[in-house]
Amino acid sequence: MTKRFKTGYRIGVIILAIITAMLLGAIILWAIGADVFKTYLVILTEPLKNKIGITEVLLRTVPLTIIALGITVAYRSGIINIGAEGQMAIGILATTAIALAFPNLPRGVLIPFAILAGAVGGAAWGFIPGALKAKLEVSELLSTVMLNYIAAQLYTFFLRGPMLDPAELTMGSGTPQSMRLSRNLDLTRFIRGTRIHSGLFIAIALAVIIFFLLWKTSYGFKMRAAGASERAARYGGIHVPKYLIIAMMISGAFAGIAGSIEIAGVHRRAIEGVTSGYGFSGIVVALFGGLHPAGIVPAAFFFGLLIYGADMTQRLVGVPANMVQVLQGVIILVIVATKMIIANPYLMQRVEARWNALFAGKSSSKEVEA
Amino acid sequence: MEQMTKAIDSLRIEHITKRFPGVLACDDVSLEMKRGEILALVGENGAGKTTLMNILMGLYYPDEGKLFINDKEVHFKSPNDAFAYGIGMVHQQYMLVPNMTVLENIALGYKQAWKGLRLDLQSVRKRVKEVAKQYGLVVDPDSYIWQLSVGEQQRVELVKTLCLGAKFLILDEPTSALTPQETDDLIALLRNMSEELSIVFISHKLQEVKDLSSKVAILRHGKVVFQGNTIDHSSSDIAALMTGHEVVLPHNDAPACTLGPMLQLRNLKVRSDRGHLALDDLSLYVCKGEIVGLAGVSGNGQRELAEAINGLRKVESGQILFDGEDIANHTPAHVISSGMGYIPEERNTEGIVPAFSMKENFILKDSESPLFSSHAFLKKKEIDQTAERLRKEFDIRSPNTDVAAGSLSGGNIQKVILAREISRNPKFLIAVYPTRGLDMGAAEFIHKQLLHLRNEGVGILLISEELEEITNLSDQVAVIFKGKIQKVIPSSEASRRRLGILMAGVKDDEEI
Repeated sequence: MTKRFKTGYRIGVIILAIITAMLLGAIILWAIGADVFKTYLVILTEPLKNKIGITEVLLRTVPLTIIALGITVAYRSGIINIGAEGQMAIGILATTAIALAFPNLPRGVLIPFAILAGAVGGAAWGFIPGALKAKLEVSELLSTVMLNYIAAQLYTFFLRGPMLDPAELTMGSGTPQSMRLSRNLDLTRFIRGTRIHSGLFIAIALAVIIFFLLWKTSYGFKMRAAGASERAARYGGIHVPKYLIIAMMISGAFAGIAGSIEIAGVHRRAIEGVTSGYGFSGIVVALFGGLHPAGIVPAAFFFGLLIYGADMTQRLVGVPANMVQVLQGVIILVIVATKMIIANPYLMQRVEARWNALFAGKSSSKEVEA
Repeated sequence: MEQMTKAIDSLRIEHITKRFPGVLACDDVSLEMKRGEILALVGENGAGKTTLMNILMGLYYPDEGKLFINDKEVHFKSPNDAFAYGIGMVHQQYMLVPNMTVLENIALGYKQAWKGLRLDLQSVRKRVKEVAKQYGLVVDPDSYIWQLSVGEQQRVELVKTLCLGAKFLILDEPTSALTPQETDDLIALLRNMSEELSIVFISHKLQEVKDLSSKVAILRHGKVVFQGNTIDHSSSDIAALMTGHEVVLPHNDAPACTLGPMLQLRNLKVRSDRGHLALDDLSLYVCKGEIVGLAGVSGNGQRELAEAINGLRKVESGQILFDGEDIANHTPAHVISSGMGYIPEERNTEGIVPAFSMKENFILKDSESPLFSSHAFLKKKEIDQTAERLRKEFDIRSPNTDVAAGSLSGGNIQKVILAREISRNPKFLIAVYPTRGLDMGAAEFIHKQLLHLRNEGVGILLISEELEEITNLSDQVAVIFKGKIQKVIPSSEASRRRLGILMAGVKDDEEI
């Protein structure tokens, strides 16, 4: 079997998967009475028509990329992190706390310090399910989801209580949000007239770091071994519980960093709804990106497009933005099915035989002795 | 269930061909069997034996060729169709659900017990008792599968197949987990049963082919290269036909322990997964440059012993002195770094990470060693070179070292593990069932490597159920029974019969 055919086959399957997902989405759109073609056109092209649109998509790409990278580290190490939403919230709280406590630190100190605090907060929130799984074999699916609820309530508590903007108190409107954080925390918006900020470069740098961590270092090697076969890793002298916990802390730290950057780059204060489902979309991005940084960055861009496009469909064609979540669900199902198809060598051989019979007119598959 | 009672008078396969991606597993195979016959299907790993049997079982559908039962063409679309005709198979890799009991596993396929939505477990229990009594196959119906040793699991598989009323038995290496006595019993049992049944068994062991079969068929590269009556041919003829060349398994005839002890086990007590004492006050020592063969039926504490030495299982009491240091209850990483090599029992799940490439598996234990990484960064060039060198040195058959280790054949996987362990220059090696399920060519290679290692001064604890392997390679033979060492005898005095008696639990073998 030629390498060229293999690559072509994979790309072909992925294109088919995208078409399938769009067809399934079309059925749902049609069922709610929307103009299918126009809706897709708006989602996929409208955001890319001008500078603001593109930068807004990139703006959403940043947290999605960072969270998906963290989820990849956990997933590759054998633990499924559904708690990014909560880890992100705790990261935001930590960043806010630092910014409120030390507003006068110079930029060069405050920004790294606050982001680091966000990472530590997220890592602490990731440590809990990691340790529970490693030491007591508590399912991470349960513990991460439950910790999401706790984090969400903590977040609300802090925003309504200790961190509430004093201005809101005196004005009496009581919107649960912190005060405008120190300007020294602001990430640079490098294109005039848009919101896109230097967090984009941080996200790309983190993608490179994760690639090196997982595939080029002995730590990553051990984590991946623990994830691929816990038993064989243990027999190979790898202390699996330790790497589980480390992986979960990295995963949490990344979600925390995503939160910090979102605050420092976009909102400039902690408000309700910052996380807005990024923690869950991050899982889809990670899977859609093949659990590899090189796939995650484009996948995050694609989902950024979907999320931003969804806002536009609401305005332009009257399709509710929640439809995007339906589309996400469809995409997850298609991804799972696609993975099974790509992993099936028998199917691939049959397709190749057909292909050769139809086009090439010669057989390139050699029969090798067993 | 009417069809089940019908006997199979003849079964014929004609021109069966089956292709897998890149592999021609069966190439125009034709065979015929009559009721009461026992056919031995022999051939090296990857010769297509298991594929052929899976076609008979309806697990695979042949690309070409036909299947006839009682001269009527049949098409098996699923194992259920094959069951309905009374064909039953005991696979090499057991098809049991680990977190269900023996009884529940048997009930899974026992359709008579399913009454609508209700499952009549009592009737299954009765049937299991009947079969156990009829064939002398004792199983505890209430144990969970994961608690059982490989040998015990195979017994469950046999009982399961017999409970379903198989009339045509396919056994994939049935004796690989049995003691000599049990093997003899099984052979006698199968011979009795063959009056009403037809039996096909796949085997690598020439002795049982001679003892049991009435006909023998040899497969090589998916083709039938030989068919004939067993009595007409000698063992060495069959061995030569199997491999295409004469095989002489290596023999240990160097002088014994002169270098002092390397591994001393003192009064070890270790619990099994079920919580009972799997090792009960076990003591044993192995010298440098000595092979001690540990003979015993699987499930007598071998797994627990190997795991305890390697830090994978808690030691309740006792000492494990390794080169003078007590390594009991140390971490696996510590045991590995102090020079212990280990070939674990389950090569696919314990020996390698199947999803990792071959070269990644080579460095599984050494990703932090300065050889393969500096400042935590892996050294790609060194890893690639070492992997390529090991692949050539150990004759691992694959196009390159990037292939997933899990996609290799059993023999090649074992070579990957052996290459890794030997290249680490161990002071000691624990080899658990190192050649189980391997063909003679691969077994020969592994035996040679073990002997070579021994002659370089490495102590080896060889845990095996193959008595020939043990007596051929060992200096001393220790027999384990119910977590205790029955006796340690020099290999020269270890006759098959004497070992068998010791393995069965009789302590004073000389009186018999």
